[in-house]
Amino acid sequence: MGTVAAHGLCKSFGKVQALDGVTLDVPDGSFFVVLGPSGAGKTTTLRAIAGLEKLDAGSVHLDGRDATGDAPATRDLAMVFQNYALYPRHTVYENIASPLRARRCSSREIAAAVERMSSLLHIERLLQRRPAQLSGGEMQRVALARALVRRPRAFLMDEPLTNLDLKLRVEMRTELTRIHRSLGATVVYVTNDQVEALSMADQVAVLKEGKVQQVGTPTEVYERPANRWVAGFVGSPPISLLACHAEGDRLVGAQGWTLPRPRWTTAQGGRALLLGLRAEDLSVEQCGDASLSGELYGLEPLGDRTVVDVLVGTEILKVKARPTVTGRPGERLSVAVDLDRAHLFDADTGLSLSGAGR
Amino acid sequence: MAVSVDEAVSTGPARDHPPPARRLGGRSRSVLEVALLTVLAVVMLFPVLWMIETSIKENRDVYAVPAEFFGFTVTMDHFKDVFVGPDGGRSALSVAFLNSILVAGASTVLATVLGVPAAWAYSRFAVKAKKDQLFFILSTRFMPPVVVVIPIFLMYRQVGLIDTKLGLILIYAAYNLPFTIWMMKGFVDEVPAEYEDAAMLDGYTRLQAFRRFTLPLLVPGIAATAVFALIFSWNEFVFAIFLTSSDSVRTAPPAIAGLIGGTTVDWGLVAAASVVFALPVLVFAYLVRKHLIAGVTLGAVRR
Repeated sequence: MGTVAAHGLCKSFGKVQALDGVTLDVPDGSFFVVLGPSGAGKTTTLRAIAGLEKLDAGSVHLDGRDATGDAPATRDLAMVFQNYALYPRHTVYENIASPLRARRCSSREIAAAVERMSSLLHIERLLQRRPAQLSGGEMQRVALARALVRRPRAFLMDEPLTNLDLKLRVEMRTELTRIHRSLGATVVYVTNDQVEALSMADQVAVLKEGKVQQVGTPTEVYERPANRWVAGFVGSPPISLLACHAEGDRLVGAQGWTLPRPRWTTAQGGRALLLGLRAEDLSVEQCGDASLSGELYGLEPLGDRTVVDVLVGTEILKVKARPTVTGRPGERLSVAVDLDRAHLFDADTGLSLSGAGR
Repeated sequence: MAVSVDEAVSTGPARDHPPPARRLGGRSRSVLEVALLTVLAVVMLFPVLWMIETSIKENRDVYAVPAEFFGFTVTMDHFKDVFVGPDGGRSALSVAFLNSILVAGASTVLATVLGVPAAWAYSRFAVKAKKDQLFFILSTRFMPPVVVVIPIFLMYRQVGLIDTKLGLILIYAAYNLPFTIWMMKGFVDEVPAEYEDAAMLDGYTRLQAFRRFTLPLLVPGIAATAVFALIFSWNEFVFAIFLTSSDSVRTAPPAIAGLIGGTTVDWGLVAAASVVFALPVLVFAYLVRKHLIAGVTLGAVRR
């Protein structure tokens, strides 16, 4: 097991700058998630670590040793590809055995290892099939087995759950976490699904347009987003951002509302600000000392909860409410705001002004 | 209620009205089609039929006026003459056929062995000015062989390749290489690069990854490409007639052409030699017809 450190990775494809100084430090044994929208450079980052992508600049250190120019085969990493990349001509058995065959293990060792993996991932009865005869979930398990069959320095996983249906994805999420715990392996996991990131990660790196926006634990990324973009990307329903500015001890909204200025902010008066409010920190059902008024715009019932869209001026607030909430569009509402949990961002730079003391 | 496509189409008011007369309707169209195809087939196949007939006619029947289509005496003498010389030994033509087999086979193998890895490299790697290079490679096919045959003749004379089988093999391989690279690049493009990526992470080198995981998937493409290259080399005439002269080196096309031109022409022998010459390609093309179609419709079908 080992550490993975990428420093200042730069890579461009033609005119597109895919990676723009990406730096990641993955500690030994951690489940490290790289989160970002499509086109953020997540896969390129992973491929750079694997040695499949020639870098324009930057270095990759594995276990503290510079491995930047090394061939993928010598890096001792295992990777699960987004489309699984199972060898179509080979049986499931041969697919799983492939990394061991490359290392010239004896066929007895191989048989034992494949058997162990197939029982761990419940694919014993698939061993003689070919990839074309497998369902998406089965292919995913085989791809995982091929990676897990040996004990590399680290596992690289490129959106391995994206092609699965929701139920299977939730199942495999739990399973992956379990496997990670039991192996104590270092995992670099790429996804665009924030639920995966928040639920599985020890650490999350949020990537956008080839730049790392923030690195931290899932709680840190969710509770203390470094900038408005991270705040907007992580969290569902997305955070509501309201334009405002500070005036003395008050926040004055561009839509005319006023709120007490939170004590924790470092925001200076006169600057254009964005007030970030998460749906669960707002309430239409109770009153607080700080509140905004608006009108009901729409209801999104989600079963376990209902998201209430409230129109404040021309901006929409997403408010989490109990599933029993009712109302008609146009109805006047008062929304209680938990200002202690609110976020402030500089409207120009997008950086958080929430201060470190919180 | 679920309705199958057939039910949906065959019921309903639209059934009573004929479809808009975009084409000639139903039965009459198929009769016309068959008639036209028959005419076309006769026009296309007549020379072939005539060749086959001439090859099994006795010489006096060959020259009979009016020509006899049926009722002539069938003879296999011409075919014997193709392979057996007047002195009872091996004929010059049979040597030419052996030369053809060697030259076409070797040049095809050479073009494939060089072209497949080149196509893989052009498909997988970031090569500088890749498009320009590929265009340059293709552009060597733009000119007909006869344009370059004089300079090649002079060069071959300098290096002693004139009138050698090796010389023909090299020029055919060179001429087939651009085609092989282009066609194979299409096939390699269709094989996901991830197989090789996965293999490299499994611990194989790049070349091992190519050989073990990509190459087996390319076999149908290689077969199709090789057949096209083989047919070109087998049929090639211009280079062969300019660059070779002796009977021991000549391939079949110039050898057959050489039969015509004396005071009398043994048409029976020419026809029999032509039949023998055409057969291998026909048989071979038939055997690999599936791969040929895969090659011709490359990219049109999602696999």
